[in-house]
Amino acid sequence: MSAHNAVAPRHTPTRRSRWWGELGWKYPVAAVIIFYSIFPLVYVLSAALSDSGTLSSGGALFSDVSFSNFAALGDTSYWSWVANTLIVGGASSFGAVIMGAAAAYAFSRFRFKGRRPGLTSLLIIQMFPQTVAFIAVFLLLTALGNVAPALGINSKIALICVYLGGALGANTFLMYGFFNSIPVEIDEAAKIDGATHSQIYWQLIMPLVTPILAVVGLLAFISAFGDFILARIVLVSEDQWTLAVGMYQWVSNQLTSNWGLFAAGAVIAAIPVLVLFLSLQRFIVGGLSSGSVKG
Amino acid sequence: MTVETGAPRQEPDLRESHARGWRGVGWGFVAKLLMMALVNALGLSIIFAALNVEAWGILAASTTLLIAADVIYFMKRTLPLKYIFPGLVFLLVFQVFVLGYTGYVAFTNYGTGHAGSMQQAVDAALIQDEQRVEGSPTYPLAVVDNGDEIGFAINADGEVSVGTETQPLEPVGGAVVDDAGTPVEVEGWEIVPRSALFTDQDLQNQVVALRVPVSDDAESGSIRTRDGSSGAIYSSSLDWDPDARTLTDSETGTVYEATDTGNFVAADGSSLPAGWVVTVGFDNFVDAVTDTNLSGPLAKVTVWTFAFAILTVLTSFGLGLLFAIIYNDPRIRARRTLRTLFILPYAFPAFMSALLWRGMFNREFGIINDWFFFGMDINWLGDPLLAKVVILWVNLWLSYPYWFLVCTGALQALPGDITEAARIDGAGRWRQFRSITLPLLMVSTAPLAIASFAFNFNNFTIIYMLTEGGPPFPGTSGLGSSDILISAIYSISGVDGGVANYGLASALSIVVFIVVGVISAIAFRQTRKLEEIQ
Repeated sequence: MSAHNAVAPRHTPTRRSRWWGELGWKYPVAAVIIFYSIFPLVYVLSAALSDSGTLSSGGALFSDVSFSNFAALGDTSYWSWVANTLIVGGASSFGAVIMGAAAAYAFSRFRFKGRRPGLTSLLIIQMFPQTVAFIAVFLLLTALGNVAPALGINSKIALICVYLGGALGANTFLMYGFFNSIPVEIDEAAKIDGATHSQIYWQLIMPLVTPILAVVGLLAFISAFGDFILARIVLVSEDQWTLAVGMYQWVSNQLTSNWGLFAAGAVIAAIPVLVLFLSLQRFIVGGLSSGSVKG
Repeated sequence: MTVETGAPRQEPDLRESHARGWRGVGWGFVAKLLMMALVNALGLSIIFAALNVEAWGILAASTTLLIAADVIYFMKRTLPLKYIFPGLVFLLVFQVFVLGYTGYVAFTNYGTGHAGSMQQAVDAALIQDEQRVEGSPTYPLAVVDNGDEIGFAINADGEVSVGTETQPLEPVGGAVVDDAGTPVEVEGWEIVPRSALFTDQDLQNQVVALRVPVSDDAESGSIRTRDGSSGAIYSSSLDWDPDARTLTDSETGTVYEATDTGNFVAADGSSLPAGWVVTVGFDNFVDAVTDTNLSGPLAKVTVWTFAFAILTVLTSFGLGLLFAIIYNDPRIRARRTLRTLFILPYAFPAFMSALLWRGMFNREFGIINDWFFFGMDINWLGDPLLAKVVILWVNLWLSYPYWFLVCTGALQALPGDITEAARIDGAGRWRQFRSITLPLLMVSTAPLAIASFAFNFNNFTIIYMLTEGGPPFPGTSGLGSSDILISAIYSISGVDGGVANYGLASALSIVVFIVVGVISAIAFRQTRKLEEIQ
């Protein structure tokens, strides 16, 4: 510190050291944190652009830049995994939004027998994570598959149904609170003007609750995107896999692991997520503090 | 459910739902009708399919749900259910039923060697034991197809008979045979050419597995073929006596008796491989703590599960809070940029992060060893202690941004005047933090910390992606020292291949449910969500 003081003619020594003590040290610390947080990400980018197809540390970062790993993805099932992930994630997030919003609307706006017990049981049911019951999911889908193959093991539709089963408990509450914050007077005014319940729902309430719809949709998509255990049990054949199952398979076997492909695939898959996440930061933080944890 | 609207009732004809009325815009009703037609078509097809394969449980459930759907959407009184029902169906089938079924399986011996009913086990035993009847003749045979199913046509001393899996052999008139005696033309059936058998692997498997009963009496055996051109009578040496519940081997005279544990066991203690599902009471739970192979590893796994969840929450919460406090300072330049860089790990998909770190920690080519430990040969993922350290380190990397965001938000929401008052009263910085900031912060973050604990308690992804539970414990438990309960359940259940023990795995799931349920109940009281319901 004293060395700095000696070469700082414009500041008095005390001001300078106070700046360091209160503020200045935070910049080098920030550099350390940033190194911790982005080093693996920079590294995966470098590995994706490398030519060697390994995660080997032979050279420095970005010592050779080629797109051969990205081109090689075309020879694998990578793009069908991307499509599967988008289908499964998109459908389950759409379903979670539609069904969650409808249920939240009913609980928020109608007064009916069994409303309070219904809400309480939802609250209790959602405490028990579906993933822990994966054996029963497996046995149920095996039985359903004998009746309707589209609902059985190795079907994306079955996986979407499983995700939708877990969605209602979690999302209804998030939405229920938000629906309650919309004044009931709006509905009542519309009702007096002759609007039906479905008109009120679709044309009045839905536009007003778009922010929570976005949050729930995004959270449902992220959880479907990140789920491994259910996807691995349900989706058996390679052409049905989602990204999580497929990319795990790429690197799980030490002898046949292909880190170059993994790195390229990870970069492609992560960039849209990163962009989406950073642009919707504000929403996600709101959703986070309402009690959802990243899946 | 009835609707009790507080508003005074209006004349019903003034407010007829668009989904019911034809007047005005009738499209709502048309759309509803189309949707319901689709739902009914799907539901009926499932019902008939269930009827076909005699899946009574699915039949009952799908019939109930379909009737409920029709009642709800064509009645006027069921308004709230119209909105709740679609989600409710999924919730009931894929969450409530699944949870309940886990509870049932936990009390059975369901798993490899114990599947289905006793009758299915008997059938399986008979098929497994089936052998060619000694001295039985070989018949010229042709594979035939009637469009629906395949069957065999055999030539028994000049008389051609046809049968399928469900239809015992019956003589047919007017069949043509070639010089070798093989039927080449059978009325009502198409002969499958032998070349098709060689090229179509699926068909080949079907033919080899096909058993055509010789007569209605199961004891008389069935025709099978190995090559698709000649058949012989196969029969089981076991005899099933449904009244005495015994299988008797007619060759050796051994009697296998049905036991309460779901096996056929002979007097000398030998048993048949096929068994059936029986309820075993608390045996699975007792096994988990008394089985010498299993109880030791399971106890370690349980301890590590709690340690992992608690340490993850503490470290990531601590680090996130620390960073939040340091950088929640309006004098710092480029705060937004810094914040975005800090939270980047959180935006990177979790399973990819875990896989990426797995590569970076690799013993031979991982860069952690090469760059930060001077090329030393540290077996990060293969050492029981280091594997746990790696898991905590990676999970810290993954989750501190979450706590950084949450704590930053909570800090900014704190009223500034309280800290100011404390400062005027002469409280030091540490005192301010300890007595004012932290307690206020905990009010909003404690429920999240509990939720995070519950989440990490079942964080299968990070464990499985990083270490797959390894390195393995010595012994035959199949578990490893970085396994947490959910990944141990995964290994024991055998859904991924290997020996399956659904019963024991489900019993452990129940234990996890209890832990998570208790934790959630605590969180529930904390957030007092019940107040929102009022």
